[in-house]
Amino acid sequence: MGEAMPETASSVASAATAVEPLLAATGINKSFGPVHVLHDVDFKVFPGTVTALIGDNGAGKSTLIKCIAGIYGMDTGSMRFDGDDVHIASPRDAAELGIKVVYQDLALCDNLDIVQNMFLGREIVRRGTLDEHAMEMAARETLASLSVRTVKSVRQPVSSLSGGQRQTVAIAKAVLGKSKLVVLDEPTAALGVAQTEQVLELVRRLAASGVGVVLISHNMNDVLEVADRVCAMYLGRIAADIPTGTGVRRETLVELITSGSSGSHGLVDGLVG
Amino acid sequence: MTTTENTPDAGQQPAGVSQALSDFSLDEQQNSLSDVFRASITRLKSGDLGSVPAVLAIVALVAIFGFSRPDSFLSLLNFANFLDQASSVIVIAMAVTFVLLLGDIDLSAGFTAGVSAAVLATRLQDGWPLATSLLAAFGVAIVLGLFTGFMVAKVGIPSFVVTLANVLLFQGILLLIVRDGGSVRINNDFINNVVGGTLSPAQSWIVAVGGLGLYGLSQFRRQRLSYGSVPMSLVVIRLAIGAVLVGVVTSLLNQNRAFASAPEPITGMPIVIPAIAILVVVLSFVLDRLRYGRFLYAVGGNREAARRAGINVQWVEWSAFVCTAIVAAIGGIFLASRVNSVDSNTGANDTLLLAVGAAVIGGTSLFGGRGRMINAVLGGLVLALIPNGLGLIGKTAIFGWEVDFSSSGVKFICSGLALLVASSVDALSRKRTA
Repeated sequence: MGEAMPETASSVASAATAVEPLLAATGINKSFGPVHVLHDVDFKVFPGTVTALIGDNGAGKSTLIKCIAGIYGMDTGSMRFDGDDVHIASPRDAAELGIKVVYQDLALCDNLDIVQNMFLGREIVRRGTLDEHAMEMAARETLASLSVRTVKSVRQPVSSLSGGQRQTVAIAKAVLGKSKLVVLDEPTAALGVAQTEQVLELVRRLAASGVGVVLISHNMNDVLEVADRVCAMYLGRIAADIPTGTGVRRETLVELITSGSSGSHGLVDGLVG
Repeated sequence: MTTTENTPDAGQQPAGVSQALSDFSLDEQQNSLSDVFRASITRLKSGDLGSVPAVLAIVALVAIFGFSRPDSFLSLLNFANFLDQASSVIVIAMAVTFVLLLGDIDLSAGFTAGVSAAVLATRLQDGWPLATSLLAAFGVAIVLGLFTGFMVAKVGIPSFVVTLANVLLFQGILLLIVRDGGSVRINNDFINNVVGGTLSPAQSWIVAVGGLGLYGLSQFRRQRLSYGSVPMSLVVIRLAIGAVLVGVVTSLLNQNRAFASAPEPITGMPIVIPAIAILVVVLSFVLDRLRYGRFLYAVGGNREAARRAGINVQWVEWSAFVCTAIVAAIGGIFLASRVNSVDSNTGANDTLLLAVGAAVIGGTSLFGGRGRMINAVLGGLVLALIPNGLGLIGKTAIFGWEVDFSSSGVKFICSGLALLVASSVDALSRKRTA
């Protein structure tokens, strides 16, 4: 952060000491052949907060997320999760730790209902047959805990749901069971105004329940509305990691995305200023 | 854990609570009969027609044929005969439902049935006991299914191409087994009675009452687990309709239906009725109550979602072809039982097309992800009603034109049109839900 912003730096530092980060990735480097995609990336997520990850196309957001989700291995760097040093080698490892990613295409089966989708691949089986009742109850409980009020019946087929409701189901699916960190990839990209509002509200409730949320978004209004912290990536580096509570403006974020620096924030000659 | 902590939080916001209570209104409220009725109308309007068109088609066809040929079409003999005619197509339609659910197709299921029937017939002819002959027949079917599944799931050839090649391949195997132009007689009573055999009147009543009882139990269980979303009155109405239907059909079938000149009376329920009922129940259990069935629907609905959910998509696809082959082998028994022999035409010609047609007419989607076993039965009945009824109408003058409805040409055209209408309904309803 440098000396230009002493208050901010100290407030971040105090937050970090007060609460142990849920996820702390340090010094991550990742190359695809000759292309160096991530340069010494440090990325932290705190429990119960929404961390927005912003950046232009090709800035490295997706690569960073895929490293965390175990889809890509990282070249160098270390990761601590929930107080332990962890090595995430596969998506299964990530899921077992409680790291869930909701991708942009949602991956829902249109022909199945909400309960069936939420439990897909981890159905509750009792005496060899599907325990529909237990699954329905658990699905309802999860939706209720997120105060989802837009779904009439958990036995509705997903094909009958709106875009916002689908996003809701996808998030509920990620939250079902033990999840500590939920990564949402552009959850509002395809939604209308009212539905975007619903999903953002859901994101806030998700964080309020103690889960660490990472929100990838291109919409700066969404980011400023729900995020507690913003990580801006620029050409494979973290350009800035700032709390939104200190009056960060939309223009600042846009500048960080497009040029990697804005006023006192951001990179100076490729280094964190 | 977080969920229980969060619930009181939500309770502090009055707006959230009142909204939250109405969240799953449709799930927890006690539904009345009219609510259920309205819900089904909404579902129909949204394009999920299910097997409704097939039921309407059956009603319409019975009305048309019954009106024009009341003596022959509505006779008890024709009713029982018609069930025998429909049975093998229905069973093979249930077989292809497995791969149709994945959005695949098996054009060779008819020949899978033919080959396993031929294996069964030749084994019995060689003096093998029934059990080992059946084992051999199902073993061969499983090998054929494993082969097809391997080619589709592992090698990655489209199922249409693989099974098109299989049509020739399996037909060749069938010809080698029965030898060109030959026919293998079956002298086993058990096999011969599957289609064409009847239960005694007493056995018919036992089967009818037993079946009704099991249906009642399953309905009551579903009502209990639905916590009010299925009203008791609906269960009672369903059971009452079922009881009346089963009672009337059973008592009718227990009357003598042979021609007056026949040497012996024919009474009792055709064995195909309980045989197909058992198949429907067992296969529906696999689709609805087992994890495996859920995987079939998931892969058919969204392959990528299924893969990300940790489902082994290749394995599901491979095994679906094996399931199809096993049930097709049962269909082969039905085919052989109807004529008490197996020849090079067993399972050939229009058998397979009618079977796929039956599944689709019944409401199973060619695009995957949607379909049930009962659809195969309803669609099979439609496709058997058309030639049966047309054959009995025979030559008739319409507006001065002499039309022979019993000719194969007219029958094929009508069946083809029925299939086109059914697949149009499938495609259009898919457009609507998409």
